[in-house]
Amino acid sequence: MFYPLAAVTVVSALAVITARNPVRSAMALVATLASLAVCFVALGAHLVAALQIIVYAGAVMVLFLFVIMLLNVQEDPHEGGRTGLKVAAAAIGAALAALFGTVLLRGGGSVEGAWPAGFGTTRALARVLFGDYLVAFELTSVLLLVAVVGAVVLARHDSDESDPGEVEEPQ
Amino acid sequence: MVESAAYLRFIVLVPLAGTVFNVLLGRRVSRAVVATVACLAVALAFATSLRAFFSLPADGALIDDAYSWIRAGSLNVDLALVGDRLSVLMCLIVTGVGFLIHVYSIGYMSHDSDVARYFAYLNLFTASMLLLVLGADLPVMFIGWEGVGLCSYLLIGFWYEDVEKAKAGMKAFIVNRVGDAGFLLGMFLLFWAMSAHGNASLRFADINAAAPSLGVATATAVALLLFVGATGKSAQIPLFVWLPDAMAGPTPVSALIHAATMVTAGVYMIARLHGLYAFAPRALHLVATVGALTALFAATVAITQNDIKKVLAYSTISQLGYMFVGLGVGAYAAAIFHLMTHAFFKALLFLCAGSVIHAMGGEQDIRKMGGLRHLMPTTSLTFLVATLAIAGVPGLSGFFSKDEILSAAFTGGHYGIWITGVATAGLTAFYMTRLLVLTFYGVYRGDPLAYGGIHESPASMTIPLSILAVLAAVGGYVGVPALLGGHNALGSFLEPVLGSHEAHMGAVVEFGLMASSVALALAGIWLAVVLYTAAPDADEQLGRRMGGAYRTVAGAYFVDALYGRVFVRGAVGWGRALWRWVDVGLIDALVNGTGTAAQRLSASVRRWATGNVADYAMSLLVGVVALVGFLVLQGLG
Amino acid sequence: MITAAHYLALSAILFFIGATGVVTRRNLIVIFMSIEIMLNAANLAFVAAAAILGKMDGQTIVFFVMTVAAAEAAVGLAVMIALFRNVETVKADEVGALRW
Repeated sequence: MFYPLAAVTVVSALAVITARNPVRSAMALVATLASLAVCFVALGAHLVAALQIIVYAGAVMVLFLFVIMLLNVQEDPHEGGRTGLKVAAAAIGAALAALFGTVLLRGGGSVEGAWPAGFGTTRALARVLFGDYLVAFELTSVLLLVAVVGAVVLARHDSDESDPGEVEEPQ
Repeated sequence: MVESAAYLRFIVLVPLAGTVFNVLLGRRVSRAVVATVACLAVALAFATSLRAFFSLPADGALIDDAYSWIRAGSLNVDLALVGDRLSVLMCLIVTGVGFLIHVYSIGYMSHDSDVARYFAYLNLFTASMLLLVLGADLPVMFIGWEGVGLCSYLLIGFWYEDVEKAKAGMKAFIVNRVGDAGFLLGMFLLFWAMSAHGNASLRFADINAAAPSLGVATATAVALLLFVGATGKSAQIPLFVWLPDAMAGPTPVSALIHAATMVTAGVYMIARLHGLYAFAPRALHLVATVGALTALFAATVAITQNDIKKVLAYSTISQLGYMFVGLGVGAYAAAIFHLMTHAFFKALLFLCAGSVIHAMGGEQDIRKMGGLRHLMPTTSLTFLVATLAIAGVPGLSGFFSKDEILSAAFTGGHYGIWITGVATAGLTAFYMTRLLVLTFYGVYRGDPLAYGGIHESPASMTIPLSILAVLAAVGGYVGVPALLGGHNALGSFLEPVLGSHEAHMGAVVEFGLMASSVALALAGIWLAVVLYTAAPDADEQLGRRMGGAYRTVAGAYFVDALYGRVFVRGAVGWGRALWRWVDVGLIDALVNGTGTAAQRLSASVRRWATGNVADYAMSLLVGVVALVGFLVLQGLG
Repeated sequence: MITAAHYLALSAILFFIGATGVVTRRNLIVIFMSIEIMLNAANLAFVAAAAILGKMDGQTIVFFVMTVAAAEAAVGLAVMIALFRNVETVKADEVGALRW
């Protein structure tokens, strides 16, 4: 069960970074996110998997596609020309792999272990979220507010700006 | 026996207060107020000195432990003043003659607008000189020493807008500085030696008492170093070059500082430390030799000078040489005696010269004078008295003091020095008479248009002249030797401080000596009178005949040029070399180099900022890998 | 036997892929997507850890990461739009004004 899943994930991730057309990259990314959601389910995080589909694959990717369409991003024929970087990236990748390998070879615990009752459910998540991490939760809401305001401010047209000093004369 | 006298400090402080007044308020008050304050300050100092004189305990001194100054480890120096017979006598001379010169200055400087500054400097000088003389230990004396040097610079360069005059002031200060270096070294060596022998004090009483225990070598070294300082201050060979140039200052300044007081500081210093010098006979011998050579040397130059003040300048150098001879042969009291009489007649000579210069509208060349005695009777008469005094004509003050020194030299066995002294006496008589004749007698040789404007100086100038003339005439009677029926009051007076110098020779020998020097002096006078009355331009003819030799003597044997080439150019060359190689080559290179290095380093480093986001991400990745690798390896190991 | 190691290895590989994409691609939007891959790789690691330990904290962190990633995506894309308006391109090479 695990290996096919892993294979799909990796292949779609590779597709993201190698596709010429940005739209194709976006589609591949959706696939990656979806297969990751399945991984989450396998790991007993049901709520998180649901959130992954709804928020990530749903909202964020739609946003991405909107922007791609808006900016009319085309295929780039000169894409992927920096060979030097590719080699360097490969080298770094190898180094990373080696590092993680040394850690991972020590093995970890069994995944299908003894999970407590209700592991991964909404109730369990809510208990921790609103309990131990309440402050972080509140701050995150502030963060979201700031992000919304920032996005709006950054993206609006300059011609919409009105002269702030002008006051309408009451008739 | 020592008595405490807190009023001694006022002798120094009152003139100092005069300075402060004239510095702060001098510009805002009238000329009369400025002059009155200055003269009054000196007069009060004179009065206080008189009080000290009459309060002197029979066999001791007055002490004023004014202020505890330095307390550093084993070094304890107090700002203390001692009024013993020697210092009180010096105070009286300084304040007395000083007062007369202050009064004289009122008339002399009547056309000058900067009188406040002038009198402030003059008072400051007086205060410094009094501090020098009253100091109870070497450091306090040194403060006064430096103070008079400073005031000398300020006053020589008083008309500083004239660059030559300013340069003369600087020359005086720098040459003095060289001497001061010797003084300081001597003081340090002395302190070190004194401490090593368990007596870490620089009081004169302690130094003189501890002298025997210091060892001849140390005592000689200290004595020589201090003597270097004395040659600077008192214009002896080799540091005399500043005094002729110092004539650039106002004439009363020349009278006070460079005739009567400051230049005698070296003489006073050695007299003070007679205990030390008595144990360094080689040093004393050198002192006497230098003094004698200087006296002769300066006298030869004085014959050839045509500026009235320069003649007197070289004369001063010569007479100071006499004083050092007196010190060198052990006749300290005789040297101080000559110091006193010299103060009288030399100050008088300078003031007369000033009177003449003032009357002639600034002319100082004696070739353009002549016949002035009809127009300036008082000046002329007092100048005559002074000339006779300095020439050593019997009966006047100079005769007694000079004779005492010469006989002390002879009885001490210093025959070479004695001969030099006698020869110098003859030359002195000659050149002073020459000066007298060319200035006051004969026919007027100056600018005909100016003749009508020449008149006698005002009373503020002539009264001091008269007073000094009286002193120059009778001032010698305090030192009449036993031979001539006197009992040398001055010598006895100073004996408790300076010891006595017994002359052991028969009356015949002594008379013979006296007679020989008198004869030579009279011969010099007669020769000058005859020569210069007949041919006022005798110098010119002599100059033509003797050409090079004459020029050499007239140019003071070109010592100045020698110093200029060796020391001045040497120093400048050093400075240039250091500037080029060290300042520019090393230090600037270092500083600029650091900047250049920083620039180059940053130029090479900033290539990393390519502006490409991907490159930055790559750098991030590399960093992450490194960090993770480090942590992993640490965890493993 | 599927151990935690498998999932962590998968996470590492995904992270590596994402990093390569960031470094290699010219198109800014694709770079952004690669960053998203990297974030998801981290999420996977957290969830795996939660499963190993049997505690919910790991999943809570994933919750936060997702939130922040969404916010970041929004703002980042807004920046890109603003950039595009000024320089008419989304190619990383041509936006090199901060070059030395």
